[in-house]
Amino acid sequence: MAAASLIAAGCGSSGGSGGGTSGTGTPTAGLPVLHKIGKGEGQLNLIAWEGYLNPLWVKPFEQQTGCQINAKYAGSSDEMVALMKNGGGGVYDMVSSSGDADLRILYGGDAHPVNINLIPSWKDFFPAFKSPPFNTINGVHYGVSLQWGPNVLMYNKKSFPTTPTSWSVIYNPKYKGQVTVPDNPIQIADAALYLKTHNPSLKITDPYELTPKQFQASVSLLAKQRPLIKKYWALASQEISEFKNGDATVGAGWPYQVSALRGIKFPVGSVIPSEGATGWADTWMLAAKAPHPNCAYMWMRYVSTPKVQAEQAVNYGETPDNKLACPIMNQLQKGSCEQYHANAPLSYFDTIALWKTPLATCDNGKPGCVPYAQWVAAWNTQVK
Amino acid sequence: MAVEAAATPPDEAGRGEMWSRVSAALWRRPWARATILLTPPLAWFVLVYLAALVLLLITAFWRINQFTTNIERVWNLGNFTTIFGSSAYRGIILHTVEMAAAVTLADAIVAFPFAYYMARVASHRTRTILFVAILLPLWASYLAKVYAWLLIFTHDGILNWTLGKAGAGSLNLIYTNWAVFTVFCYIWLPFMIIPVYAALERIPASQIEASQDLGARTWRTTRLVMLPLALPGIVAGSIFTFSLTLGDYITPLLIGGTSSNFMGNIIYSNIGTANNIPFAAAMALIPIAIMAVYLLGARALGAFEAI
Repeated sequence: MAAASLIAAGCGSSGGSGGGTSGTGTPTAGLPVLHKIGKGEGQLNLIAWEGYLNPLWVKPFEQQTGCQINAKYAGSSDEMVALMKNGGGGVYDMVSSSGDADLRILYGGDAHPVNINLIPSWKDFFPAFKSPPFNTINGVHYGVSLQWGPNVLMYNKKSFPTTPTSWSVIYNPKYKGQVTVPDNPIQIADAALYLKTHNPSLKITDPYELTPKQFQASVSLLAKQRPLIKKYWALASQEISEFKNGDATVGAGWPYQVSALRGIKFPVGSVIPSEGATGWADTWMLAAKAPHPNCAYMWMRYVSTPKVQAEQAVNYGETPDNKLACPIMNQLQKGSCEQYHANAPLSYFDTIALWKTPLATCDNGKPGCVPYAQWVAAWNTQVK
Repeated sequence: MAVEAAATPPDEAGRGEMWSRVSAALWRRPWARATILLTPPLAWFVLVYLAALVLLLITAFWRINQFTTNIERVWNLGNFTTIFGSSAYRGIILHTVEMAAAVTLADAIVAFPFAYYMARVASHRTRTILFVAILLPLWASYLAKVYAWLLIFTHDGILNWTLGKAGAGSLNLIYTNWAVFTVFCYIWLPFMIIPVYAALERIPASQIEASQDLGARTWRTTRLVMLPLALPGIVAGSIFTFSLTLGDYITPLLIGGTSSNFMGNIIYSNIGTANNIPFAAAMALIPIAIMAVYLLGARALGAFEAI
C-alpha cells in the first residue's frame, strides 16, 4: 500500500487532470464492460514489443483457449499509438504499450474499459501496478499491467574495470566516440533525471514534466553530448552489435541487450547509477473496437498468472507485476528473482522514473510544461 | 431446339454488323481510338499515383493535435513555416542535397571510364562478363548490401583488420557520413553506368575517327567529342543517383552516425515516431519539388532521349 500511495503522490494526478484537451474522463469511459467471459472467437490480434509473444507462453495459450494469436510487432511507443488509431481499426484487439504511449491512446478514445474482476491474478499484483495512473483513470481500467523494467547504464567490462556509479560517464568527453544512447525523444528525460541531481538550481522534480527552462537545459546537455556519441541506436540489435564489434563501450540500454550480450559471453556490465534511471511499465491495453473481446480477456487472465509472468520476466529481462512470480523465476533460472528485482523492495522501485507521456498540463494541473510533440522536434533539430 | 438454332444466325449477323460499324467509326475517328485505349491506364495512373500525391499535398496543410496526435483538418501553413523557419531543418535539406550531389558526382566519375571501357574497348565476351558483374548486385537485397558494408567498416571489421595487418593503424569509418557516402555510391553505381554505357555506345565511330583525322589527340577527342555526346547519358544516370539518395533513409539509419539526419529520416521519424503525418507530408513535398526542378534541367540537357 505504501508503494501505491507513493506512486499516487509521484505522478498520480496526471491521469485525473487529463491532457487539458479532454477534461477529466476519456471519450470511451462510458462504454459497457464485459461481465462474463464467453466463448472464444478463435482469433486474437495483438500489437506487441518484439520478444513479448514468445512461443514458450503463446503456444500453451493457443492450445488451452483455441484463440489463435496473430502478432504485429511495433518498434516504438509512437508506432503503437499510430496502430491503435481509430480504436485499433476493428483489426487489433490489444497492445502491450508503455506508459509514455498509454495516455495518448486513452485520451485519443482508442482504448476500451476493462472489467478487472474477470482477471483473478490481478489481486496478486504489487499495489503500484494494480491501478496505476497510466492505465486506470477515475477508477476505470483500460487494460491490465504487465511488466516493468529500468533503462540501465551498460558498459564494456574491459574498458571499465570498476563499475561506473554515475550517468556522468555518458556525458564525459573522455569517452568521445564510444557512447551509444537510444534514438528516442524520451531520452530527454534521461538528461533531465541527470540534471535533477547535478543541477539542483533547475528544481526538476519529474523528468517528464519540464518547464521550458528545465527542458532547454536538458536538451542543451544532450546537444553537448552529441560529439561523444558513436550512434543513436534505433533497434536493440544495433546496440548489441555496436558493443560486440567494439564500436561502443558505454551507453544506455535495456536489460534485454545485457542478457543477449551475456548470452554470447561478451563481458558486459550493467548498473542503475546513483541518479536512478528511467524505465518503462507496460500494459496489455484493450482496443476500443476489439473484434475478439473474449479471447482478449482470456489473454489478460493468462499473462497475469505467476507462471507466465515469470517466464516473460526471465526471457525478456524485466520485472513482473505479479508478486507470486518470484519463486517460479528462481526455478526457471537460479537467482533471477533477485537479478530482476521481482522481490521489489520499495527502495529499488523509487529509483526508477517510469516513462509517461509529457503533457502540456503539469501534474499540479497548471499549464506550462513542454508537451511531447516539442520533445520530438527538439530531438530532431537540436540534439541529433 | 430447332427454333433456337434457327434464331441464332441472324442474331450473330446483327452483332457482327454492329462490331464492324463500331470499328469503322473508330477507324474514322483516331482520337476516339486513342481515348479508349488510353483511358484504363490513365485512370489507373491518376487514381493510384496522382491521387496519392494530391492527398499528400492536402495533408501537408493540416496539423495534428499535439497530445493525441489525431489529425485536425484545419488549413494552415504551420508545417512549412516550421521547416523553413528552423535553421536545423534548412540545414538538413541542404545536407541531403549536398550528399545527393556528391554521390552523383562520384558515381559519374567512376562510371564514365568504366562505361567507356565496356562500350568501346572490351571484347564481346568481356563486355558480357562486366554486364553481369554490374547487374548481379542489383538482384541482391538492399539490406544485405548495407549490412555487408557495416561488417567491412565496423571497428573490428575487415577494413581495420587489413589495415592492422599492414601496420597502417585503424580507421574510424563506421557511423560517419563517409561511410554513408561510400555505401550510397556503391549501391547506386549501376544506375549510372548503364545509361552512360548506352550513350557512349551510340556515338558513331566515324565521329571519333574524324576528330583524330583532324589532329585531336585522345584527351582532346574525349573532352570535346565523347564527353558532350555522353552528357545526356550522364544526366540520365544522375536522375537516378540523385533522386534515390535524396529519398533514402535506411542507409543513414544503419550506417550513419550522429550527423546522419537526412530528409528521409525526418519523414520516417515523423511518421514512425512522432505520428505527425501532416509534417511528414510537408517534408516529403520538398524532395518532390527539388526533383521537379532537377528533371526540368535534365530535360533541357537532353537526358530523356538517353534513357
